[in-house]
Amino acid sequence: MNIPLTENRISLTVNGTPVTLSVAPMRRLTSVLRDQLGLTGTKVGCDAGDCGACTVLMDGKQVCACLVPAAQADGAEIVTVEGLALDGRLNALQQAFHRHGAAQCGICTPGMLMAASALLATQRHPDRGQVEDALGGVLCRCTGYSKIVEAVMDAGGSATPVIAESGSAVGARIPRKDGIGKLTGAEKFGADDTPADALWLRAIRSPHAHARFTLGDLAAFTAAHPGVERVFTARDVPGSNSFGIYPDLKDQPVLADGYVRFRGEAVLALVGDRAVLERIADSDIPIDWTPLPALSGTIAAMAEGAPVLHPGRADNVLIEGRVARGDLKAGFALAAVRSAGHFETGFVEHAYIEPEAGYARRIGERIEITACTQTPYMDRDEVAHVLGIAKHAVRIVPTATGGGFGGKLDMSVQPLLATAAWLLGRPVRMIYHRPESMASTTKRHPSRIDVEAAADAAGHITAFRFQGDFNTGAYASWGPTVANRVPVHATGPYKVGSALCTSRAIYTNDTPAGAFRGFGVPQAAIAHEAMMDDLALKLGIDRLEFRLINALRKGDTTHCGQTIAHSVGLDACLEALRPRWRQLIAENIAFNAQNAERRRGIGIGCMWYGCGNTSMSNPSTMRLGLKPDGRLVLYNGAHDIGQGSYTIMAQIAADAVGLPVDLVDQVYADTDLTADAGKTSASRQTFVSGKAAELAGLDLRAALLRLANAGPEAVLALDGPVLTITDGADIRRLDLREMPADQGHVLLGEGTFDPPTTPLDEDGQGVPYATYAFAAQIAQVEVDIELGTVKPLLIAAAHDVGRSINPMLVEGQIQGGIAQGLGLALMEEFIPGRTENLHDYLIPTFGDMPPIEIHLIEDVEPLGPYGAKGIGEPALVPTAPALLGAIRDATGAVIRQVPALPHRVRKAMREQGRPL
Amino acid sequence: MSDGRYLRPERLDEAVYALQGGGWTLLAGGTDYFPGRVIDQSSCDILDLTALPGLRGIADQGDHLRIGALTSWTDIIEAPLPPCFDGLKLAAREVGGMQIQNRGTIAGNLCNASPAADGVPPLLTLDASVELSSAEGVRVLSLSEFILGNRRTARRPDELMTAILVPKPAYPARATFLKLGARRYLVISIVMVAGVLEVTDGLVSAARIAVGACSAVAQRLPLLEAALIGQKADAALAERVTAAHLAGLAPIDDIRADAEYRLDAALVLTRRCLALLGNPA
Repeated sequence: MNIPLTENRISLTVNGTPVTLSVAPMRRLTSVLRDQLGLTGTKVGCDAGDCGACTVLMDGKQVCACLVPAAQADGAEIVTVEGLALDGRLNALQQAFHRHGAAQCGICTPGMLMAASALLATQRHPDRGQVEDALGGVLCRCTGYSKIVEAVMDAGGSATPVIAESGSAVGARIPRKDGIGKLTGAEKFGADDTPADALWLRAIRSPHAHARFTLGDLAAFTAAHPGVERVFTARDVPGSNSFGIYPDLKDQPVLADGYVRFRGEAVLALVGDRAVLERIADSDIPIDWTPLPALSGTIAAMAEGAPVLHPGRADNVLIEGRVARGDLKAGFALAAVRSAGHFETGFVEHAYIEPEAGYARRIGERIEITACTQTPYMDRDEVAHVLGIAKHAVRIVPTATGGGFGGKLDMSVQPLLATAAWLLGRPVRMIYHRPESMASTTKRHPSRIDVEAAADAAGHITAFRFQGDFNTGAYASWGPTVANRVPVHATGPYKVGSALCTSRAIYTNDTPAGAFRGFGVPQAAIAHEAMMDDLALKLGIDRLEFRLINALRKGDTTHCGQTIAHSVGLDACLEALRPRWRQLIAENIAFNAQNAERRRGIGIGCMWYGCGNTSMSNPSTMRLGLKPDGRLVLYNGAHDIGQGSYTIMAQIAADAVGLPVDLVDQVYADTDLTADAGKTSASRQTFVSGKAAELAGLDLRAALLRLANAGPEAVLALDGPVLTITDGADIRRLDLREMPADQGHVLLGEGTFDPPTTPLDEDGQGVPYATYAFAAQIAQVEVDIELGTVKPLLIAAAHDVGRSINPMLVEGQIQGGIAQGLGLALMEEFIPGRTENLHDYLIPTFGDMPPIEIHLIEDVEPLGPYGAKGIGEPALVPTAPALLGAIRDATGAVIRQVPALPHRVRKAMREQGRPL
Repeated sequence: MSDGRYLRPERLDEAVYALQGGGWTLLAGGTDYFPGRVIDQSSCDILDLTALPGLRGIADQGDHLRIGALTSWTDIIEAPLPPCFDGLKLAAREVGGMQIQNRGTIAGNLCNASPAADGVPPLLTLDASVELSSAEGVRVLSLSEFILGNRRTARRPDELMTAILVPKPAYPARATFLKLGARRYLVISIVMVAGVLEVTDGLVSAARIAVGACSAVAQRLPLLEAALIGQKADAALAERVTAAHLAGLAPIDDIRADAEYRLDAALVLTRRCLALLGNPA
């Protein structure tokens, strides 16, 4: 201990093993563990002590390894996540995490486990408060924390994980099939693996929101910086220097060509030795900038005389969306009451704990990208476009993806890595640092919404008008999806006598906005639910009952003219919540009668959400093989970003074929190995890919039954390689080893599903989605009247999921969605150039989440697998409206701009609320 | 990754001798250093203080307590300390998560001199002073003399902080600390208020109240403190607070709140602080 580190040599104990290393004294302990010792279970989320993903034990205490210089670890005893499992067996804490579904994407899990280990070392049976205090330094973006707290409190428990018998996998709370690696640190995320000889890539990004630039002498720069292998510019991109989600809207350059449209836009790609690249100051890069006035926000972008940011887009309008039905004027004329309002939301950052990362390598005339992503097949097509090569010459190998929420639907590292690896013929690696991730990747669209609604005396909505402007930032990304999806959802899940819903996506010089859990629907929901509250209050009808009067029901026709024949469970959701609603209202009245400084209120939010693409084909294909050894293999291209598609697809396929889910092995998404199952987005995987998995299972089952000439009711059983087919009294045994195998399978089933939709006409009439998820949530809050702070006390959520394939995972989606909805409502606001870290940009922590009660409503969707629909996005949509309604109920103040930060709440109370 | 000089002396005289040359960045728990090196990864010359003996822990020195510069927030939370330290302990629990509390040091918090440093208001209410050591010797500055502005202190480049000195209160003291932020854990304060009340025979014999994150440096409220002397020590103390008592504050608008709100919230929290101190549970 304490010997001066003249030789930069340190000795420490890691997971019980003494290690002596030569290391730069100020190297972060994270780097020592990950890069020198290969212990990549310790994750890096921010390098700033803000997220806690790198938590390890140092002499028994939890520390952020990113904040510990190597020299101070000399003599220390370090325990990482890799040190928890004993003899290859999960320890009690890890087992509890597994059984409770406490890991979703898994990127925060090592940090959670280590923080919990520190607690459990001194407190064998901690209470909830102790768990929250001890784990409060670790952020999770997926789970909403509930299941993590439960797991830590149950770490001493002895329950065994649920095992599903043959034919009963659907509906069973089995643990994640990909769960173990998330708990041991073995799972590889984007930053966790790389070829040993990979070069490093550093993007040089624009410090200006709008500027022209010229490049200086890059050859001289390269020569002056030994270790810099190459500097790539726009000119070097081999194919098209453009990418973007829509085939006709590839408007974002891989590397800007003399002109940048947002702060954080990539301008140059420096490739070479990592240590050299990281030390080059931006000011050393020979770029001559000419800043231009920046269009920040949609008002500036649409102002008269504003510069046109993209050729051919006058007024900077990227796209408009429209749905119109009925006679709006007549509808308003029928009104007994009407209300109007203006609402604004800001940028919201996905804040997945895993920054974008990966590597690329050229293999002959093919390119292979190994990176985190939500959409391997779209990445394949985009990389082919950028390199100017055929799609089949691109292989995308998704790593485990440490959260996505829509933010990893766009390319990030991929086009840069592909360009560099393709041209250099050497593997190239890139890991975004947190500020880079936040500055350069897409956000939730800020919105400015005007809404107006009317109801007759009986409480029926007679007219609904909605106009939303969405700031799509510098590039199109998913702007058209938002503009198209919003008008279809803007009325909320209600029958409306007449409607006119319009939207615009508008280019600005702000950070590109793209997909974020809900594609604009959460913003719209804030507006339509405020109108529902207004109308109900004006009519003197209870807010829940008002929604029930207007709720879409089976057989009703939407404002798109679509008659929904099946699976419309909103009324059931509302009825499930009604007893709690009434009880909380009574409780609040009693509480408020006794308290002046703090007032309680309750609010409600409803939503609907179309599963899959809007009026566009989005097929998935799944394959299920039977191998000679009696194992099933599911070729599962539905990439699991934490939501659970590597578990539920297996459950569905197993039940469809009629064999135990434990027999299902999987080949995970890989564009060379799995069929296209589309993107993990739009709440489509359970519904679309799940149906494909069911069809694949049924296809395999049919083939097996044909072999045995058995009827449809026959029962299958596998005992190793021996398949028994029991059809009434007929029992037939097949030894699979004796059957001819093709590519390792004796039989292969395949299923494809594309949800049936139709194009929308100019009034938005048609069938935009094959099915809709429905939900209602209620929230109880306590508002500190003097400070304007809002404490959520309870959220009760009722979700019509059609059929819950795995209730534990569905609950996890709901809890995590609610956490993001709570963040949207109360604390999250991305400001370009200002909140590009996880201490200025706030997401909910352990201590911010109220208890959540969940009601799963199963109004089966005949098109879905075993009746199932999506849950990913629906979970978050109703939360903010419910919380805002509760603030209003408590204070009388309508919050028209989120997040409802304390100063905004207090200002709103002063301006419109009850006297303070 | 540093290519700069790195020194981790084991004796204070070695450390202060090295500091004479100047140009060193002092390092303790690293909880401020590394977050400042996420984008800018250039190296600097590091003098790592963590191997210096005798700088960690809290010692009773008769009329005062001496808190070693390397004492961590967790050390403070876990130490048996008199009630006047209750506010400091509460603040310690608000410094980041436990990971930060285990590594971050009290001296680092003061030397970093953030306007939102959680440690400053409670230490101001403890009338703390800081001990600075250099080759020339030792000097002691009151905390308010030490912190000069936003990230500016009176520490000379050749000095290092070796201790925080806290005089024992003359009379039985109560203390508390209130923090307002937009989330529960890991949050930079919008406003914070610390208070210490010394009480004899049910009357306030001394009061020290400080507000943080409402000016470049946390401020004591001397007018309020004077107005509290001799008052009955009960929850009604809260009613003594007026807006004029906060006249010395100069809050700013930023992403967390606007200035007007900060001032209002400071008033509310000051009243609540006094209500708690006047009516301890």
